[in-house]
Formats: sequence, C-alpha cells, structure tokens
Amino acid sequence: MARVFMKGCEAIAEAATRAGCRFFAGYPITPQNEIPEYFARRLPEVDGVFVQGESEVASVNMLYGAVQTGTRSMSSSSSTGISLYSEGISYCASARLPIVYVNVGRGGPGIGAIKPAQQDYKQATKASGNGGFEMIVLSPSTVQEAVDMTYEAFDLAERDMNPVLILTDGVIGTMMEPVELPPMKTPEEIAAMKEARRPVSAVGHSPEEQVRILPGGVGSSFEPVNIAAAELYKSWVDKDVRVEEYMVDDAEIILTAYGISARIAKVAIKELRAEGIKAGLIRPIALHPFPYKSYGNLNFDQVKGILDVEMSIPAQMVWDVEHAVQGRCPIKECLRSGGEIMTKEKVLNAARELAKEVL
Amino acid sequence: MAMEKVYKRTIGVKPNAVSGFCPGCMHGTIHKLIGEVVEELGMLDKLVRCEGVGCCGLGQLYVSHDLNISAHGRACAVATGLKRANPESLVYTYQGDGDLASIGLGETVSAANRGENFTVIFVNNGIYGMTGGQMAPTTLIGMKASTAPKGRDPKEHGYPIHMCEVLSQLTAPYYLERTSCNTPANVRKTKAAIKKAFQNQIDGKGFSMVEIVTTCPTNWGMNELKALDFLEEKMLAEYPLGVYRDKSKEE
Amino acid sequence: MERNLIVAGFGGQGVMMLGTLLAQATCDSTDKHVTYFPSYGAAMRGGTANCYVVISDDEIGAPVMDAVEDLIVFNEPSLHKFLPQLKPGGFLFVNNSIVTSDPGRDDIKVVEVPVTQMAIDMGNPKVLNIIMLGAYVGATEVVPKEVIVETIKNKLGKKKPEFLPMNLEAFEKGYAIGAAAR
Repeated sequence: MARVFMKGCEAIAEAATRAGCRFFAGYPITPQNEIPEYFARRLPEVDGVFVQGESEVASVNMLYGAVQTGTRSMSSSSSTGISLYSEGISYCASARLPIVYVNVGRGGPGIGAIKPAQQDYKQATKASGNGGFEMIVLSPSTVQEAVDMTYEAFDLAERDMNPVLILTDGVIGTMMEPVELPPMKTPEEIAAMKEARRPVSAVGHSPEEQVRILPGGVGSSFEPVNIAAAELYKSWVDKDVRVEEYMVDDAEIILTAYGISARIAKVAIKELRAEGIKAGLIRPIALHPFPYKSYGNLNFDQVKGILDVEMSIPAQMVWDVEHAVQGRCPIKECLRSGGEIMTKEKVLNAARELAKEVL
Repeated sequence: MAMEKVYKRTIGVKPNAVSGFCPGCMHGTIHKLIGEVVEELGMLDKLVRCEGVGCCGLGQLYVSHDLNISAHGRACAVATGLKRANPESLVYTYQGDGDLASIGLGETVSAANRGENFTVIFVNNGIYGMTGGQMAPTTLIGMKASTAPKGRDPKEHGYPIHMCEVLSQLTAPYYLERTSCNTPANVRKTKAAIKKAFQNQIDGKGFSMVEIVTTCPTNWGMNELKALDFLEEKMLAEYPLGVYRDKSKEE
Repeated sequence: MERNLIVAGFGGQGVMMLGTLLAQATCDSTDKHVTYFPSYGAAMRGGTANCYVVISDDEIGAPVMDAVEDLIVFNEPSLHKFLPQLKPGGFLFVNNSIVTSDPGRDDIKVVEVPVTQMAIDMGNPKVLNIIMLGAYVGATEVVPKEVIVETIKNKLGKKKPEFLPMNLEAFEKGYAIGAAAR
C-alpha cells in the first residue's frame, strides 16, 4: 500500500473517519487543534457530524449523547481540557458507552506548557474521573501506531461497551511521518454497525422495548452494574496487555518507556549495545492494563537495574514499574518535563551512569 | 349501551407507576402532558428524553419512552449530540431551574444560540427540590432557602434570572413560551405550548423552550393551597406568563 | 545511515515549507524512514520558526535532537541559537544576505547562499526557501534532485501553477551553488 506523509493529529482523524467515526465534538486547545480542524473538513464529506462545543464540558457531554444513538463517536483534547472531560467520561464508563477519545498531552499541572510532554500518565491510567472506573489506554510511539490504534479503538470500545483512551503527546501529534492508512468502512458497513446497536441505543422505542441510559440512577442498587464492570476490567489482564520487549533476553539493564520516549530509548539501546552495555527495552503499548508480568518475570540474577524514561517530572509510570519489580533491583529515572523533549543523548548518559553503578 | 371513551391514560407514562412526587408538585402533570402530546403526534416510539438532575431525575421511574440521565446541567449538550447524530429521533430535555439556569446556563444558552433542533421543557419552581431547598438563580427576592436563611438578598445574591427573556435576546431560538400548571386553563395552555414545541422540532424549525412556573410546597414550607396562592401572587409577578418568541408568527 | 537537519529562521521565510518539501519527497520516492517536526516560537507571525527533518535507513528515535549533521539558518538569531548543535564535520547553510556574523568554527563546512538577495533579484522574495532547498540538496545529495523536483511540482505546482517555473528556476539556482560546494 502507498505511504502517505501525514501529521500525527491529522492521521488520527483520518484513521477514525476510516473506522466509521461519524460524530466528533471538541473545543480548541493546543497542541491538538489539527484533529478538530481535520474533522471539520472531513466529516461533512462522509455525512458525519462535527460540532465545536462551547467548552470541553459541553463537548464531552455531546459525545455522551451522540454515542447513545449507536454512532461511532470521538473527541480529543489536551491535559487541562481532559480534566474537564472527567464528568462525561465517568458518565460514559458508568452507562457503558463506547466512546473513543484522545489526549495530546501538555507539560505539567494547571494550564501546563503547551509543548510536548507525558505528564498525564496517572490521570489516564488511574482516575480519569470519579467512581473508580477503568479504561483500556493505548499509547502510540509512531504516527503509524497512532493510526492503527485509533482504527482499532472503536472495535475495542464496542467489544467492551466502555470508553477507550489514546494517550499521546505533542511530538506524535505534530510530527509528520509516512503512514499506511487502513481501509475505509463503507456506508453499508457503518449503517449495519449502527443498526446492530439499535436495541440498546436511545433512538426511540416502543414502551416494551424502552432503552434507559443510566450512569447510576435512583431506585435500585447499582452494585450489580459495578460488579459487571469490575469483571470486565479483570478480563483485560489476560487478553489486552500489549507490550514490546526488545533485546530483553540477555539484558543486564532494562530501559522502560512508553510513547515518544520509548522510540528514543530504543534507538539508544542500539548504541549502548555497540558500546558493550547489554541493554533491553520494555515498552508498554497499552498503559492500562499494564504489563506487570514483563517486569515481574525478569531474571533478576541477570538484570541489575532499570531505567525509567519519561517526559514527566515527577515520574509517573515508575509507580507501576515499582509495583511489579517489588524492590528486586534498583530503578533509576531519566526525566524531562514542561515541554522539554527527551533526547537520545540524555538517555544514553543516564543509561551509561546506571550501568557504571550496577554492573 | 357502549360507553364513549373520553379520557384515557397516556401510554407515554408507565401504566402502573404511581407518582412519588410530593403532593402539590406539578411534575406529575407535566409528565402526563408530554406523554399525551407526543402520543397525539404519533411519535412516542421516536421520543428520547435527556433528563436533568434533581427532582426531574425522578421521571426516569415513570416515563415509558427512551431516556438518558444527563449530567447536572448538561442536558442541552447531550441533546445536541443525540439529535445531531440521529436526526430521526424526537429529542427533549427535561430540566429544573438549578440544572438549566445555574450549572447548565452555558450549555442552555449555547444550544439556544446554535438553534439546535430539539425541545426544552424547563420546570421553574424557584428552588432546589431534590437536595433540600437551597437557593436557585430563580429564587425570589426575600424568599428563604436553606443556603439563604435570611432570604435572597440582591446585594449578596443578585436578582432572579428570567430564562425566556434571556434567550429572547438571541437570534436563533424559534419558540419561547412561559406557562404554568396552576389552573385547568393554564394546564391546557401548557399542553398546547408543549405540543407546539414538539411540532416545531418535527418541522425542523430549531430551538423551542417551554418554561413552566411551578410550585414546590415541600421546600417552600407551605401547604399545597398556600403554595398555589404564592405562585399566583409572587412567582407569576416575577415570571409573567406569555410568548417571548414565536418565529412562526413572523413567517 | 541517519541524517538530521535543523532549519531555522523568521516566521514567513518558508522554513517549514522547506522542511516539509524535503521530508515529503523522501516519503514519496524512497523507502527510507523520515520524520518532520515543526517548532514555532511564541508568535506564529514574525516570530522564530524552526523544524527538524530526520532521514534514516533505520527506525528513527527522536524527531528532535541535541546534535545534528546539517543546519540551515535564515537569520542571525538562528545562527547563534543552533550553531552549537552542529556536529564537527557538519554542513552549515547560511543566508548571508542578512546573516553577517562569522560562525567562528573551522570544524564545519559552510555554504553561503545569499537567498534573500537572490530571491529579490528573481522578482519574488518568497522563493528564498526554494533556493536554499536547492543548495541543500545540491551539497548533500541526501535525496536525488529529480525526487525533489517532482515533489515541488506536485505540492507547489498544483495550487499555484503560475509560480511553478519560478520555483523550479529558484531550485536550480540554489542547486548549482550547493553542488559547487560539495
């Protein structure tokens, strides 16, 4: 298939369109504006709907409404905007609605730096809203992965009837790379998907077939709903962990990173190997469910240290790494933040230092 | 001799449900009117309710048509997404004054300003009911509330907000009317207004809102009859009934 | 083999277009890995603009890096900001119409291209970036000349066909200067 040269944000929007996404609502915020701008041009061409909401709060609630009709629906925002999404995401998780949304993250709490960062790991994987719900969270390392994940996210969301989050950053969002685009779903396929969900969609029914979208509610106990959700979350551990393990078999130090940081760490590993340092990489592709076993099953007689590489200060993913490693080897951090982009040179220096300490 | 059936209960409300709304509250009447109107329009199987939070939210126990619970204040945003994604549905929001005029003011004004093609049923009783009588943006001057124990004071709380008048400053809304359900005549007028608001949506005319001024005997701290007097004397003085926008008259 | 390039100048000098044309041509006509990463100054109009292009036979790590093989500067501030990042043996392309400082390094190859003046002489100040692109490709041969010409035709020729001859001429003029500096 022919390669096209696309910006990350635009490639995400095109992939969603090809997956059958026919509703997008969002609010302007840097560095993800190319996603709504692309949809604003693209969706009308395919009889889809684009709405610029009056706020993030309104946009995510529009999404909550649109997805109830069986329409594949998506939104995107960035960090502080994603905080405002909490309400709607929590409602979608509670009512079990299959939305897809993208966080092109900024650097830091508050309004944050508008330049690239990976500062929203904990929010994305631990608590994207009230009530303890969970979501599959995917994080791409390349524009091609961003395309493939977006395309698949709608299937995952509908398989589970649960939101799916794609967590990325301003590097992947604004950089251009060659990509191969997935096939366009036909209008017939899209209509069939919507029709298949009609019995559970809020589109109007007879009293006997009434559909009630209840993110909680008055009257009966909500415990059975919470139990069913918890069972879903547990089922992911066996089937939805996604991880890349690179040169881990004989590794004496492990670099671990996700998204943009991981591709930088991977290139550094090649240079470290050339220098005689046996380094390997563990890259969580799904951040939730997290690949705890990839770390837990390491041979700690051989692996003497782990370097956690993140564009976040303080480090956040390291919390999960520590949970898996349980003190069996030292974990050091190689961090940048606030819009400063990780470089290979910084990773190399941190890895050399770790090797000197532990090997 | 066969009896002629002159009245039957609407199937838009569940057949065996008994209203749990407080005595003297008008929510029950309004639910019945919505059911009757949409049944008469032959659209019950297309009807979707975006339900606000508060006493409005009790409606989920009684209505027989499709519904969702919208987050507090967000019903107009939810209805926007729902109606745009599936224009064949007949969509309405059902919201109280705290929901529509306080936490949801932005969503309400923005949806009205875009001229979204759905119907808003706005129930204004000047107080938060479900949470126990807190002050609303519609609470009258001097009226006591659990969060304004000395009564609403303009110096501290500002003045009651008039949603029909506020929205009538916008160009897009198609139909805005304020009614009440305090007398049989006003109930009939409310029914006619609700019907018009739904018919506008069916005809693709855009944003229609019916604001219904109602009582809340429980949180007003009065019996049902006193509450009706208070509504007549005080509420309707602050919130005059009438049509604030009807573009069909201009066409 | 990996080659990294920084292009830097004022907003409006066509910095981003130069970077995209080079990266797009690489994507269209080779099977190499390529990334393009834009970075804007605080203001988009009249502020500083720079972008990074990486072309590689292997997977690319960072699309942004501390040390590069090639640097193109269109203005004085860009020279001072990015010169320390240029590796020894690297290529520096300078718009010496307006950049007057001596780079002060003898471990790099300097190619002086007075693109601002050349563009004015050609009758269209906007083509300065295309002249510079020609010089860069002429000197480095990072992608074949024909590939870039094809991309210029596709990307610039379709929108405003009336400017295509001038853009191709600008590219050739720059290319000649670059080739002479090999």
